[in-house]
Amino acid sequence: MIAAIATPTTTWYLLLGAVLFSIGVVGVMVRRNPLILFMCVELMLNAVNLTFVAFARRLGDIGGQSAVFFVMVVAAAEVVVGLGIVVAILRRKPNATTDDMAELKG
Amino acid sequence: MLDLVWLIPALPLAGFLCILLFGRKLGDPGAGYFATAMVGASFLVTLGVFADMMSRTAEERSHVRTIFQWIPVGSLKVDLAFLADPLSITMCLFVTGIGTLIHLYAVGYMHGDSRFSKFFLYLNLFAFSMLILVLGSNMLVTFLGWEGVGTCSYFLIAFWHEKDSAATAGKKAFVTNRVGDWGFMMAMFFAFWAVGSLDYSVINHSVLSTSTATAIALFCFIGACGKSAQLPLYLWLPDAMEGPTPVSALIHAATMVTAGVYLMCRISPVLDIASDYAGWIIAIVGAATALFAATIAVAQNDIKKVLAYSTVSQLGYMFLAVGSGAYTAALFHMITHAFFKALLFLGAGSVIHGMHHEQDMRRMGALRKLMPITAITFIIGWLAIAGVPPFAGFWSKDEILFYAYDKSPILWLVGLVTALLTAFYMTRQVIMVFYGTARWNDAHEVHGAHGDLHADDHGNDHGNGTKPHESPWMMVTPLVVLGFLSIVGGAINLPFSHATERLLIWLEPVVVVRESDTSKLPLAIVAIVVALVGIALAVMVYAKHRVKPIEPQILADAWGYDRAVSNFMGGPGRQAFDGVAWADAHVVDGAVNGTGALVRGTAGKVRKLQTGNVRTYAAAIAAGVVLLLLWFVVVRGIL
Amino acid sequence: MELFVFIVAAAMVLVGAVGVVIRKHPVHAALSLVLTLFGIAVLFIAQEAHFLAAVQVIVYAGAIVVLFLFVIMLLGVDNAEDLHIEPFKVQRPVAAVVGTGLVTIIGLAIIASRKATVPVVTQSQAVQDALLDPQDGNIRALARDVFSDHVLAFELTSVLLVIAVVATVMLARKPKPGELVIIESTGAAK
Repeated sequence: MIAAIATPTTTWYLLLGAVLFSIGVVGVMVRRNPLILFMCVELMLNAVNLTFVAFARRLGDIGGQSAVFFVMVVAAAEVVVGLGIVVAILRRKPNATTDDMAELKG
Repeated sequence: MLDLVWLIPALPLAGFLCILLFGRKLGDPGAGYFATAMVGASFLVTLGVFADMMSRTAEERSHVRTIFQWIPVGSLKVDLAFLADPLSITMCLFVTGIGTLIHLYAVGYMHGDSRFSKFFLYLNLFAFSMLILVLGSNMLVTFLGWEGVGTCSYFLIAFWHEKDSAATAGKKAFVTNRVGDWGFMMAMFFAFWAVGSLDYSVINHSVLSTSTATAIALFCFIGACGKSAQLPLYLWLPDAMEGPTPVSALIHAATMVTAGVYLMCRISPVLDIASDYAGWIIAIVGAATALFAATIAVAQNDIKKVLAYSTVSQLGYMFLAVGSGAYTAALFHMITHAFFKALLFLGAGSVIHGMHHEQDMRRMGALRKLMPITAITFIIGWLAIAGVPPFAGFWSKDEILFYAYDKSPILWLVGLVTALLTAFYMTRQVIMVFYGTARWNDAHEVHGAHGDLHADDHGNDHGNGTKPHESPWMMVTPLVVLGFLSIVGGAINLPFSHATERLLIWLEPVVVVRESDTSKLPLAIVAIVVALVGIALAVMVYAKHRVKPIEPQILADAWGYDRAVSNFMGGPGRQAFDGVAWADAHVVDGAVNGTGALVRGTAGKVRKLQTGNVRTYAAAIAAGVVLLLLWFVVVRGIL
Repeated sequence: MELFVFIVAAAMVLVGAVGVVIRKHPVHAALSLVLTLFGIAVLFIAQEAHFLAAVQVIVYAGAIVVLFLFVIMLLGVDNAEDLHIEPFKVQRPVAAVVGTGLVTIIGLAIIASRKATVPVVTQSQAVQDALLDPQDGNIRALARDVFSDHVLAFELTSVLLVIAVVATVMLARKPKPGELVIIESTGAAK
């Protein structure tokens, strides 16, 4: 019976994606631990993936899903390189936060 | 032959370059003879061009020889071109002729000087510049020569630059000339703005508005005041006597100072259509200068200073003529003045040379027997300048006075008084130098720079070197030639009938001619009487000692004019300049520095944005995205 | 049925996301991230993107989060962060404003486009045929699309992956004695 009330339309998925994205943005701005910063970036990427898939279904275009495919690949590469950098930094200063990496201060 | 007009300035230029490279090798007197030969060759070429011109009809006598296109910039097209027409060739004739004579004279005068060849280097450069000035077919080439003669004047006046006064005099000449040059430049700007060209043929034959013509004429006159030593820019000429006497003769009697008169005559068509007051200004300035300088000459004791002020005075006469519209008379007087003033200067130089560089007339006297040729030629020059017929000066001065009377009897009167004073002070000079008692034993200097070059053809012994003696042949020959010219020079423009007014006819196509109806004879008689009165007065005062000489100090000081100018420039002038310098340093530089400081300050504030912190950058990006989306929503109305 | 699935999955996603942002301990945050990723995978399945759901679980949850945990454990930086420290006073308010602004605007845009007309997209024939396959039509269609229409992107991403791996190996290795290091806190090479 609950199922009979409404079916989730594309709009619902899109709204969910928007909320998820905003949470990710807030997280990037607020957290100081570099690893958690990265995880918030992952949140944003996932929100985008969700949006793509929702549109792929709505428009009947499989291109949306192949876009998600490539986003995932690039996200993986990005995480690999980013974590490499984080490792290189944190090896010197074990308790560094993003605020301590301010070498480009003008 | 007319085509070879470019040779006329080229030969002195070649002389200059050769002496520049080989002067030291040519030495004393080789460099001198070489330079003389160059200018002499230039004179021969000029004679050739002149003969060619005479053989043509009046309309065909103007010829422009373009060497190359000098400045092709937009609408300004200036060629390096020479204009051979009656006016310029007349000028060339006496510039090269008298120049050759003076070069020869200088070989003797400068003998023994350590910088002998350099002197002739400058003299040839001067000849070149003067010929460029005179032959230029447009204002810019004339200006090139104009500046050139100013520079050479500086070099030559300050030739003995170890002497402080000479160096200062050179600077003074140059700077004062520059003030005049501003006037010339303004005239060029006006001419270009009005007719779009600097060529004389265009300027003189265009239809100009009265105000433009007046502006051009008056600015040219300012330039002429500087170059030809009129009030208020005459100050440099008396001081220029620091230079060697050949320089004074060539530059400050015969050639450079006549450049101003030449310029005014060259633009005579423009001056003719200018407003009346332009002519009045020129005439009044000329007359005032003539009188002013004559009064000062009365009280001078240096032999060359008298002649310097006399030159200023005679130049004033020439401008009086220009202002009265009598261009031919001005040119006539310029030619005769060149003859007798060069003669007088060279004679003075001969006296100085013979007196072993003594220049004070109070220590001369009774030189007639010891330096006979110098004395006779000097006396010829004296009679010419005093205006005694039939010597050359009488005819030209009389022409000027005649036209001055036409313009205004007052100007004529001023001219007459000046003639009286001229006769007076020149007689005074002759008496003090050649007659009277010998005062040169009172103080004398030891023999200076001469060697045994000169033959002493009157048997005077100069073993002990204190007695004055006649000068060598190379110094005396020019005197004789110029003396001859001063006697017969008047023949080129006798007023008896139109046929005898040869100079007038010759110049007619090129220079504006004014006719007049007044009878000339009464005025001529008055002029002769005045001249004789002046001579008689001077004889009474200085020879017969019947009347006490009046030589007030104020006249000797040149009416305190020099001091007034120095005080003004040193006082208020200096304050004004300091004010301008302050404004430049604080206002102009302040604006520039202020801009720099402003940029730096702003940058200092703005660079605080670069925190180096990733999160602030992220915040900025996110905020930017939100604003962008807002813009889409609000302005573009996406929703 | 779909509604139920959606609600549960959405709850997982949101709880996990908030957890990532809120949790002090990095390991807890990583685990919250896993929750989110699973929720997203479920939503993918609900939207008939089966292949992508599988890839999501394998790559994201299985590889990336494990990589995160490896790094946390390797460097021993699993200390709890003090959330009260915030050097820039404006940061949190700005974050709040930006977050709400973003979600509002995008949400409004989404809602306003509900009635928008859907453009007709014609797939290529191969893709359409593949979609008709009842068993693994999605995978077939996706494969047809990637390897024909987007094959250049595919090649480039494979190159990208290789570069990324090589770069990371270079970045993260321990320097041998006497060798120059790239990253130093003072900026000078060692």
